[in-house]
Amino acid sequence: MNDFAFHTPSSLKEAAELLAQYDGDARVMSGGTALMLLLKQSLVNPDHIISLHRVPEARSIEVSDGVLHIGGLVTQREMELSPVVREATPLLANAYSRVATVRIRNAATVGGGLAQADPAMDPPSSLLVLNASVKVTSASGERIIPIADWYSDYYETTINEDEIVTELLVPVQPTDMAWTYIKYLPRTEDDYATVSVAALGKAENGKISEVRVGLGAVSSTALRASDLEAALLGADASFDVLKDASQAVADIVDPTSDPRGSADYKRDMSVVFARRALQQVLNVEG
Amino acid sequence: MTSTPIKQTVRVSVNGKPYTAEVPTYRTLVDFLRYDLGLTGTKETCSVGVCGACTVILDGKMVSSCLTLAVRADGAEIGTIEGVANGDQLHPVQQAFIDNGGFQCGACTPGQIMAAKTLLEENAHPTEDEIKQFMMGNLCRCTGYYQIIDSIKAAAEQK
Ligand SMILES: Cc1cc2nc3c(=O)[nH]c(=O)nc-3n(C[C@H](O)[C@H](O)[C@H](O)COP(=O)(O)OP(=O)(O)OC[C@H]3O[C@@H](n4cnc5c(N)ncnc54)[C@H](O)[C@@H]3O)c2cc1C
Repeated sequence: MNDFAFHTPSSLKEAAELLAQYDGDARVMSGGTALMLLLKQSLVNPDHIISLHRVPEARSIEVSDGVLHIGGLVTQREMELSPVVREATPLLANAYSRVATVRIRNAATVGGGLAQADPAMDPPSSLLVLNASVKVTSASGERIIPIADWYSDYYETTINEDEIVTELLVPVQPTDMAWTYIKYLPRTEDDYATVSVAALGKAENGKISEVRVGLGAVSSTALRASDLEAALLGADASFDVLKDASQAVADIVDPTSDPRGSADYKRDMSVVFARRALQQVLNVEG
Repeated sequence: MTSTPIKQTVRVSVNGKPYTAEVPTYRTLVDFLRYDLGLTGTKETCSVGVCGACTVILDGKMVSSCLTLAVRADGAEIGTIEGVANGDQLHPVQQAFIDNGGFQCGACTPGQIMAAKTLLEENAHPTEDEIKQFMMGNLCRCTGYYQIIDSIKAAAEQK
């Protein structure tokens, strides 16, 4: 690891001011679970590390006006266990519960995960189908970015260098829609997904009345399968319809070959798991 | 690494005992424990947070000490394997690992014990599935997983 100065601001304001002061030469550290790996491999070499562990703000979880507000420094283990998150957005609590292991979730934060933006992560597909947004704060103010505009490429987001993720906002999950998160793990339980799918859906009188599908680990960012969703609206909630419609997923994914599977295999599996997720949320047997 | 590293003083309490050392900011907590404080019970195996050998308790939370900076731990209370036994009296989890063959080559054992002890503090009587879910982050290359599960069950029964 390269040499760096280590700063421990005791408020968000101080952290944002340090980040502005060192303009491009500093990195924020939250749980450190991803940043430590980048530092160890010298993939990033900041002169300053601004650790947020003494910042008291951005640690609460609360629902107001139908929106779940999660502080950027809330840990991923809290996301898994919080009764408030489990009640307001069971899909999201489930997605965070599948991240790595207890030990990593104890340290990893919501804000750190959002900023790291590895497309193989578990939460992004759920955040997409739940229409979440991200609040970022800098020394000069704050802004809110819809999740659909957040992830821009592998490990890239639309955050600016002087901004800190301070809140995740998630509309309370509709209680009349069934949900699922499928993490396909052909190797080991503690792995990143080979393919992952988050879905919400509702069928009335045998017709699909609402459906949302998000895909993870199969492109440079997590994806929302909007065309598939549109094609299914009003259609029969039947196995044949879901099977045919799911083929559309093959055209929107762009996976890479790696030890978790070849690109072709991942493309095939995204079709299969999209269909299975749809079957689950629309209660359609195979 | 530059020739004149930026150093900071780190003051910690490890297993209730105070320690102070001046270390480069890039020192990991596992190296700090092992090389600066001489507490070599904590092992480093994968160095990337996967294997669990370096598991310690940082201010009440189980973390990977290979993914934690020593300077981040300044002011913290740290629990390591050295603090688990009470003098010569082994902790029930340690004894159960010996009695049930959970203790094999030993490389992963300190981390396994720290994780198993944390599990039983959070959930005194876990099901086999809960044991597997919680312990999934502690790898054993001797692949003695069944004995480790047996050891944890045995320790839980004694509670
Ligand atoms: C062994 C291992 C297994 C893993 N397995 C999985 C898995 O199965 N599924 C999964 O989803 N993820 C997995 N992960 C990745 C994990 O989700 C990330 O490491 C974690 O979310 C990062 O959060 P952090 O708080 O530790 O971020 P840090 O490491 O502190 O920071 C990560 C990046 O975000 C920046 N940053 C941190 N906080 C903020 C903030 N508040 N505002 C702006 N920028 C910030 C940092 O500068 C850095 O660039 C795994 C990680 C490890 C080490």
